[in-house]
Order: sequence, then structure tokens, then C-alpha cells
Amino acid sequence: MNFKILTKEYLAEDIVSMWIKADDAIKKPQAGQFVSIYTDSKSELLPRPISICDAAEDDSMRIVFRIVGKGTKELAEKNPGDNVRALGPLGNGYGEFLDKGKKALVIGGGIGIPPMLLLSKVLKCEKNIVLGYRDFLFMENDFADYGDVHIATENGMCGTKGNVIDAIKASGIEADVIYACGPMPMLKGIKAYAEENNIQAYVSLEEKMACGIGACLACVCKTNDIDSHSMVKNKRICKDGPVFDVTEVDFS
Amino acid sequence: MNMKVNFCGIEMKNPVTTASGTFGSGMEYAEYVDLSKLGAVTTKGVANVPWPGNPTPRIAETYGGMINAIGLQNPGVDTFINRDLKFLEAYDTRVIVNVCGRTKEDYVDVVEKLADTSADLLEINISCPNVKEGGIAFGQKADAAYEITKAVKEVAKQPVIMKLSPNVTDITEMARAVEAGGADAVSLINTLTGMKIDINKRAFAVANKTGGLSGPAVKPVAVRMVYQVANAVSIPILGMGGIANAEDALEFIMAGATMVAVGTANFANPNTTEEVIEGIKQYMDKYGVKDINELIGCVK
Repeated sequence: MNFKILTKEYLAEDIVSMWIKADDAIKKPQAGQFVSIYTDSKSELLPRPISICDAAEDDSMRIVFRIVGKGTKELAEKNPGDNVRALGPLGNGYGEFLDKGKKALVIGGGIGIPPMLLLSKVLKCEKNIVLGYRDFLFMENDFADYGDVHIATENGMCGTKGNVIDAIKASGIEADVIYACGPMPMLKGIKAYAEENNIQAYVSLEEKMACGIGACLACVCKTNDIDSHSMVKNKRICKDGPVFDVTEVDFS
Repeated sequence: MNMKVNFCGIEMKNPVTTASGTFGSGMEYAEYVDLSKLGAVTTKGVANVPWPGNPTPRIAETYGGMINAIGLQNPGVDTFINRDLKFLEAYDTRVIVNVCGRTKEDYVDVVEKLADTSADLLEINISCPNVKEGGIAFGQKADAAYEITKAVKEVAKQPVIMKLSPNVTDITEMARAVEAGGADAVSLINTLTGMKIDINKRAFAVANKTGGLSGPAVKPVAVRMVYQVANAVSIPILGMGGIANAEDALEFIMAGATMVAVGTANFANPNTTEEVIEGIKQYMDKYGVKDINELIGCVK
């Protein structure tokens, strides 16, 4: 499927924000879903899964990604008006887990922050939003309209010095449901925090993907119970997720 | 123009199928591909019981290819028959079921269970490089390959394709062994054992350390092996290894393959199979080839 790049903006040296729009009709993008973006280069075959940061009425989508290798570098070098081949929106987002509580805690860490914007927009309840960074900020002002924003930085340059859990404790945030996306150590910390405080938590997972549509079984996560599709204790992150109830997932 | 081929007694509407493991059972791809346009769908390897597969990361991209070590995760043959095979019955395409196992008894068990199903052909995977027991153990020794072929043939009701590994000194020796064991066809190549190291993490890129290399990078090796095997045995060949377009597919056909499979290219473009079929037709049109069979093994 062909998409056109509408806008491009560097949010930091290696973080790019783009609005893209499909030439043809697509399914309505949901918070927590992703798009698979293909490269033009014949040496990189696999699509890059990139989370959907925001969506407009006309189904154009905002993606925010970090330049990590050749594929994302090639994408970053494109400009408004250029075409990109992509599939999406793909995967199961936060949809079925929305509005599970009156007070939500939305947590994004690093390049896991972008998908939390669309989620924050569609969540109707009271929200605290916690954003965790290593050493520079991006998108920190985009969330202000949707809830109280709290920032954690590893180097202490802004907000609480430490990680997102430190910021939650420092601000004394209470919640009855958590939605999170970020690196695996953060998600493990959130799982433990949610269990200690008896809070429901829904997390978005990441893994190396090949097909992006649930066929190749590259991007599985371990689950506590036998899955009805795989018949073993794992689920497909691209197709069954990327968002899961944290109690389903075996992080060991 | 005739695109039909006869593959060990089974008529295929065209010579194009999918490579096992890259296409699931077609369920996920059906949104992007008209499965009824394919000569056959080859399904992901199925064992007698569910297999959980290897730890992640299971794949890594490499220059012009990828390394995978999925570890033959599958839901087991009972679920496969009730769900996946039933799904494929709705499509006007042949079904090649890929079978994997750890022991001779495992393979025989699956083949027996498939006997009275809608499966048109069986492809026996004796060449997966990512599973320690079974699999490759049968694929690297000629006498073991002969024995497993014989055991499967004794119980199989469908034609049997033996899938060969390129990780051997002489692939024609393996092809002759399975032909002697009664194989109706061979498919080749499975993936080449490879390795990638992530220099930033100072770690192996896939958790299994080694994995199977596939994609355009392996194509010349695959074409060479298809040519060698075509000159060594008289049973038909299902050729694969890096096919991403019609030109690639035609190389395999001219080297001696009666059928061809698209694998890794499905990841780069889910519609590759249909595009390969269309491209072969365009080639035949351009050069006035009336029958695809004229091209099979035409380069001697």
C-alpha cells in the first residue's frame, strides 16, 4: 500500500516525526496499533514496525521514530511529497482495554512515548501521564491538553531524577489502571508495581518482527497460559498484541 | 498459454507455491493475496504435538536476506487439521503440508494423521537447521535420509516431497538417497546455516546463536543446487531460495525445477507470489512460449 509523506520534523538529532496518509482507504487507526514500513533498498528486506502516534479524522497518521539503522535512516531522509510503501494499521491496540478505570496512569518511556499520545487523546477518564527520558526531552508539550504530565529523566535534567516509577512515587500518583509502552526493564518494573498496588496494567511489547501480520512466528512473547491459537505458551506480538494485559505475559 | 504443470501426478494450475514457514497456513496472507491464484499453498511445518519453538529474538536481518531460528513452533497436527486445513479447503489451490518431527515415529504419526485429509502432497522437512533433535539429523546423512523416506512412504497416502538441506558436502548424494527411498519429489533448498553478531550488544543477533539464512543472498547457491540435483535424479524438483520476482523463478525453472516457492520475499511484499505468476506469464508472452513445460530444465 502506498502512503504519502505530508510533513516531516526532527524532534531531536535522531528522532523524527512525520504525518503520512494512505492513497487508498485504510482501517481507522487505533491507539497502540502500528504500521509496517518497507524500505526502497533491496538490501533491507523486512518492514520496520513503527507505532502510530496520532491520527486525524481523514485517517492520516503521525509516526514518531528513532533512527536506529539503515531502514529508519532511509525513511528519515525522505521528504514531504515522497512515497513510502507500508501496511497498516496493524495489530491489536489498547482498544479492548480502554476505560477500565476512573483514574488512569499513562506511562511512556523513550521511543515508547509516541503511541501514548493517541491513547491519551481517546481515553475519556481522569489521567496522569508519566514520561520517562534518558537525557533529552521530546514531545513533552504534546500531552498537556490531555492530563497532568510528570517527567522523569535518568540524568535529572528535568522532573524527577530516575525512572518512571520514581516519578510516580515522587508525585504520589494514584490510579486504578495503567497503560504503558517502553523498554523491557521499564515494563518489568511496571508489572511489579502494578502487582504490589493491585492495579490493572496493559502494556505494549516490542520484538524483532519479519512478516508483521502473524504468519512467521518471529515476534512471540511468552505467556502464562496456553494460547488458543498457538496451542503453546506464547502469543504473536504483531497480531495478538502488541498490547497485552500484563498478567498474561511471562517476562522471565 | 499453458501455465499448468504436473508435479508427481498432481496437476497444479501454475508452478508457484509458498515456502514453508513464511506463509503460515495462508490465513494471515489471505487479506493480501488471492490464494486461489496460487499453484499451491505450502503450510508451516507441523509436528505430532504442539512445539513452543525457540527463545526470542528469533530473526535478524542481514544484507539481502535474513537469519531465522523460529524453531518450528507449531500448534500440532490435530489443531492443524481441524483449523488450518479446513480454512484452506475454501480456496481453489493445492495444499502441500510440511511435516516436521524429532524421531522417525513423530514423522510417521503426523503422516498417518494426514492420510485422509484434504492435503494434496506432503513435504517432509529433514533439513531444519534450528532444531537440535531430529530435523537436520536426517538431512545430513544419506542413509538416515533414505530410512526416513522409506518409513514415511510406507504410510503416506499422498505424494511425498523430501525437503533437502544445502548444509551438506554433496546435495546430489542426498537427492539420490531419498529417490532410492521412494520419494516422489524433492524440494530445495532449505536455509543455509548462518550467524550474525550484534556488535553494539556484543551478543548473537538471534537467541539460538545460529539460524537459517534465506532471501536473495542465497539464490545463486540454490540455483546451482537445483541444477545439480536435476541432473542427478529423475523425480521432479520444487525449487526455492531467494526467489523475489519472476526472473528469479524462471532461473530455477530453467535450471530444472518443475515448481518454485516464494519464501522470504513474502515478508518484503506480501503479494510477491501473485506478482511472480504474472511476471512469468509476461515473460512467456514476450518470448512466445506457449507452454511453461518447455522452460523446465531448458538450460543444460
